[in-house]
Amino acid sequence: MSNGRTKGLPGLSLAVMSWMIVILILIIPPILIFAEALHSGFVAAIQNLLMPDALMAIRLTLFITVIAVSINAICGTLSAWALSKYRFPGRALLISLIELPISVSPVVSGLIWLLLFGAQGWWGDFLIRHNITIAFAWPGILLATLFVTFPYVARTLLPLMEQQGRDTEEAAALLGAGFWHILLHITLPEARWALVSGILLTTARAMGEFGAVSVISGHIPGMTETMPLHIETLYNSYQSVAAFSMAALLAMMAMGTVGVRALLEARSHSTSGVVSDLT
Amino acid sequence: MKPSASSSTRHTRRALFAGGGAALACALLFPGRSAHATMTLLNVSYDPTRELYRDINSLFQEHWTSEHPQMPLSALTSNGGSGAQARAVLEGAPADVVSLGLSRDIDILADYGLLPHDWQKRLPYNSTPFSSRIIFLVRKGNPKNIRDWDDLVRDDVKVITPNPKTPGGARWNYMAAWGWALQQPGGSDASAQAYMKKLFAHVPVLDAGARGATNSFVQRGLGDVLLAWENEALLAARDLGPDKFDIVTPSVTIIAEPPVALIDRNVKAHGTQEAAQAYLDFLFMPQAQAIGAKHYFRPADPAVAAQFKETFPYVPTFDIASLGGWKAVHKKHFASGGLFDQIISQ
Repeated sequence: MSNGRTKGLPGLSLAVMSWMIVILILIIPPILIFAEALHSGFVAAIQNLLMPDALMAIRLTLFITVIAVSINAICGTLSAWALSKYRFPGRALLISLIELPISVSPVVSGLIWLLLFGAQGWWGDFLIRHNITIAFAWPGILLATLFVTFPYVARTLLPLMEQQGRDTEEAAALLGAGFWHILLHITLPEARWALVSGILLTTARAMGEFGAVSVISGHIPGMTETMPLHIETLYNSYQSVAAFSMAALLAMMAMGTVGVRALLEARSHSTSGVVSDLT
Repeated sequence: MKPSASSSTRHTRRALFAGGGAALACALLFPGRSAHATMTLLNVSYDPTRELYRDINSLFQEHWTSEHPQMPLSALTSNGGSGAQARAVLEGAPADVVSLGLSRDIDILADYGLLPHDWQKRLPYNSTPFSSRIIFLVRKGNPKNIRDWDDLVRDDVKVITPNPKTPGGARWNYMAAWGWALQQPGGSDASAQAYMKKLFAHVPVLDAGARGATNSFVQRGLGDVLLAWENEALLAARDLGPDKFDIVTPSVTIIAEPPVALIDRNVKAHGTQEAAQAYLDFLFMPQAQAIGAKHYFRPADPAVAAQFKETFPYVPTFDIASLGGWKAVHKKHFASGGLFDQIISQ
């Protein structure tokens, strides 16, 4: 920081530039969304959110998010545990495969499920014969969301668990602790902040997913539209205020999630000193 | 081991609590149709019908409830590009009824056995409750004095029309121009092709869809004339900018027929046969026909059409059947290496 005084100018201009970028692309857009949502007053915005299709979209989004986050919290924890505590052939490949959903375009993530479970897909005939609906219904939306959000818990836990090492676990095993006991009482408590952080990231991503869900949902208002999809439908029907009211609500939910995460992170730094690695 | 045991029960209790909370939330939020819920009827439609079917759906619900007070029903519509919507139904979107931009998109569904091949004969007026015409939207006062199809290829005229390679509404524009050229004295495939080549040389940008083309013309101010569906043109001329645009009807044009159909396989699975048929029949009833006219679609029922003759002036027309039908037209014009590819490549 002593350098900051002597070479003050580049530091200052860099700070100003970063703030300008942050204000321009991170702060102004949400403000505009809220301004547009409240364009016709607070009551109108709320009324728009209480329309049956809007309520259904909110309900569906919460439902998908709760299940997707629960499943991914469990699967993500187990895979991070297996990958960090054991060495086996193909481990490096598995680690990079976990990141696949981040790098694959969401459209592709949606299309693969359609290819598998669409009426003309691999399992199409089987599903029709047994009267099972996956595509264009909530199970398809859930699959697409699960796929897209899979990496977050595993990727946040992995570096931390690797850092932990195996000493305490081996000690516990020697004392006679079983698999679940070790996982629940030794490994996870140490990694709990990272786990919570990963869960919150997953939550934010699951609520906001558009591309993959769009492909497999069929865009049916009142049935298979999640909040992001319903926002698009409203906007395309020239219902701006309704679209932005929903957008504002979704933004608040996401910001709330991210805010809780930041808070917990600050707390985890002060209590345990654990540095959680972010993806 | 005592502290561990107590922490063990605490952890277990906490885990149970979280799991129970999640399960409870799921049960409360479960989006499935419950046994006592109202029957839902889904109309999978193409893009510019959002406002039309929103009004028709609510009117049909009243109509249905008055006749079947014991069977509450909610009619839903999903909108998207005609080709994409057909594709979704093919992959299993639970459409009881489809209303698409052109019959070919429904023919494809028939090819896969979702409904019989003679579907278009099952309802009156060629299964087309509301039709439209391809007409011209020009700048206010018609500064370039555009009156007919031959004016479109004058040196000073720029034409906006979407790319007919993109399936859907845009193909009607193309076929309207083609049909006019064929009807000219001495008209033949060769002369029509020459006209089309000149026409597309006057198109500065080929937008992917009809809405994109309308935006280019209306919002970005590109071009002198927009080839458009009459309903979209009237919407732009009357509702978006009454002081900015005029409508020009050419000497002859095509009837744009967006048909409707019952998806037999799906209504059988959903048990919605009766309601779906009632919905389709309702579209041809005077009250629904009038709603179509209010959204600038031409009603098929001549009596209702007569009430709105101020909105819809008489235009001499031809239909797609007179050009061989969509199947033949697709093969000849829009298949890879077909006439359209030759027209824009040279």
